[in-house]
Parts: sequence; C-alpha cells; structure tokens
Amino acid sequence: MNQLIRTVEQSFMKKEVPDFRPGDTLRVAVRIVEGDKERIQNFEGVCIGRHKGGLDETFTVRRVSFGVGMERIFPLHSPRIEEIQVVRHGRVRRSKLYYLRDLTGKQARIAETRRKRGEKGRMIQLLEAEGAIEQPAEEQPKAE
Amino acid sequence: MIGILGKKLGMTRIYDAAGSVIPVTVIQAGPCPVLQIKNVERDGYNALQLGFDEIPERKANKPMTGHFKRAGATPQRLVREVRIDSLDGFALGQQLDLSLFAIGEKVDVIGVSKGRGFAGPMKRHHSSRGPETHGSMYHRRAGSVGASADPSRVLKGKHMAGHMGAEQVTAQNLVVVRMDPTNNLLVVRGSVPGCNNGYVMIRKSKRASAGARK
Repeated sequence: MNQLIRTVEQSFMKKEVPDFRPGDTLRVAVRIVEGDKERIQNFEGVCIGRHKGGLDETFTVRRVSFGVGMERIFPLHSPRIEEIQVVRHGRVRRSKLYYLRDLTGKQARIAETRRKRGEKGRMIQLLEAEGAIEQPAEEQPKAE
Repeated sequence: MIGILGKKLGMTRIYDAAGSVIPVTVIQAGPCPVLQIKNVERDGYNALQLGFDEIPERKANKPMTGHFKRAGATPQRLVREVRIDSLDGFALGQQLDLSLFAIGEKVDVIGVSKGRGFAGPMKRHHSSRGPETHGSMYHRRAGSVGASADPSRVLKGKHMAGHMGAEQVTAQNLVVVRMDPTNNLLVVRGSVPGCNNGYVMIRKSKRASAGARK
C-alpha cells in the first residue's frame, strides 16, 4: 500500500490496542446507537481470529449461548468499539480457530496460559519484576 | 471551473463521526505551477496551463525546459490546461494547491478509465448471457443484430463487442472528506476513474450549484 495512504489511515487508528491473540477470551464493549439513545453492550467470547489489514483490521469473537454458537466480527479500529478487555489468555497452536465450530462442550475448551508472549511480553515481565509498572490484577481461573 | 492536477494513490476506508465506515479515494493533489496563461484575445479562450509531478531537469527536453523556465517553474511530467471563466488573480509561476477546495465541498474528478481491451457485449454493454450447459453452444455471444431485408443493414450504435475502457471519465459530485495540506492529500468519498498512480484532474463540481457546493 502507498505510504501516503497509510498516513491518512494512521489518524483513524486507535493508539492503544490491547495485546490479544486468537484463543484469548475477550470482553468487547460495543456502543449501540438506537435513535438518539446510546448504550454500551458487552460481548464476551473466544477470539478465533484476527484479520489484519491496518485500519481495516477485524477480529472474530465466538461464544456459545444457550447451545447456539454465535460469532461476531468487529472492526478493531471502529470508534463504536469502546473497549476490548482480555479476560483470559488461551494456549492455542493456530492463528484461526475455525475448528472450534465443530466442537462442543468439554472439547471446545482452550487451555489457559499466564505466559506473557513475545519480546514485548518478556520486557513487560522484566519491568513487572522490578516493580517499574503495575502488575495486572490476578486473573481468576475459571472453574471448568 | 478552476481545478488542479493530481494523482490517484488508491482507495481505503475511514470512519465518520458516527462511527460508520465510508469508502474513500486518496488523491495527491498538486502543487501545480501555472506554466502559461491563455486569454481570449490571443488564444480565443481563457485557460491556465498547469504542470504536475516534478521531474529532474535532465528528463525534460530542450523546448519544454525553456517553457518551464519562462514560468519560473521546475520541470513537470504532466502539463494540462484548465479552462476558467476569469483570469483575475492568477499569475505565471503561481503555485496552485488543494487550498482551492474545502472539506465538505463537492468536486469532480476526471481521469482515464482502466483499459479493458477488446471486450465482449456482456462486459461492455451488460447484455445477458446464454445458458452454460444443456448443449446450448450460445454462451457469451451477442444476439441478433437486427431485422432482415428491412432495413437490410445494421443500425448505427448497435451494441457490439469492441474496445472498452481507456477513455476519459468524469466522476461528479464527490464530497471532500479530508485534506492533508502538508502531504498535499485530498480524500474524497467514493471511487475515481483510472488505475492507482494514474493522473487525474480535480475541479470544483460543475453540476452542484454554488450553494450546494459547500
């Protein structure tokens, strides 16, 4: 892509996007406009893929409610996405978790990992160890 | 209508105030030095000759080098005329840039559409196709070209296969949604004719009335 187009896109991109990956459980706060009323709706589920593309980046969140699988695709940089919270890091071995669609119940679980990943993660760990930055609140492991 | 020259950089999508996605085209618009001023007395019409896309001096040929020098401008790759009503306020060598336009204003973008080569009637005129199977043997062909003994010729303008694209196209009434004066970027809503990195001309909208143009 042309670099100058990128400068246009840059001004629309969110400055801070939480580090999340496929396999992580997310809570996405979506701003919903109904007439002249506005409210925030949360959608919680497993991120099953990120579709990169600069400003066009989207991610898919899957949840199963009342036995029915539901997937929503969110544009990452949309101003209607108020907040993305990482509830839980999951350990997975692929970038697109489409296989979860064919699994139900216990098979559809994803193992949790506390490991901070990547070079950035290691630096965060080091800084946390030195007490230079605040440690994130201890995650409650869910009873399965 | 006053306009400037530019280059279509490509398309992307951005978010508007309500958070909706809008498709946009990013155009590098100007700066364009005025190379020559044509007036009614001498040339029979009023126009500005503009240049765009600077090139090194060694790339310009000798006659053009003299032409650029007279205007006090650096050599330019593209030289085009823009017809205007009044020549007031324009001087030789003056640089025109996207400050001519404003955000929310409507503009027309003129470019050369992508060439499609020798295209069949389906692609060129949106005629319908024949069946693919059941031994039809009539897949993408043109249908009948007319009646028989009367008129015993094919009517002019009959839709047939032929060369398509690579012609001048004007996209009218595109809204300017964003401007970046430091990089000379003009962002308009919708698509504009031609390929990426193709040259275009951007002018104030001809159709929109002065009030609606804002």
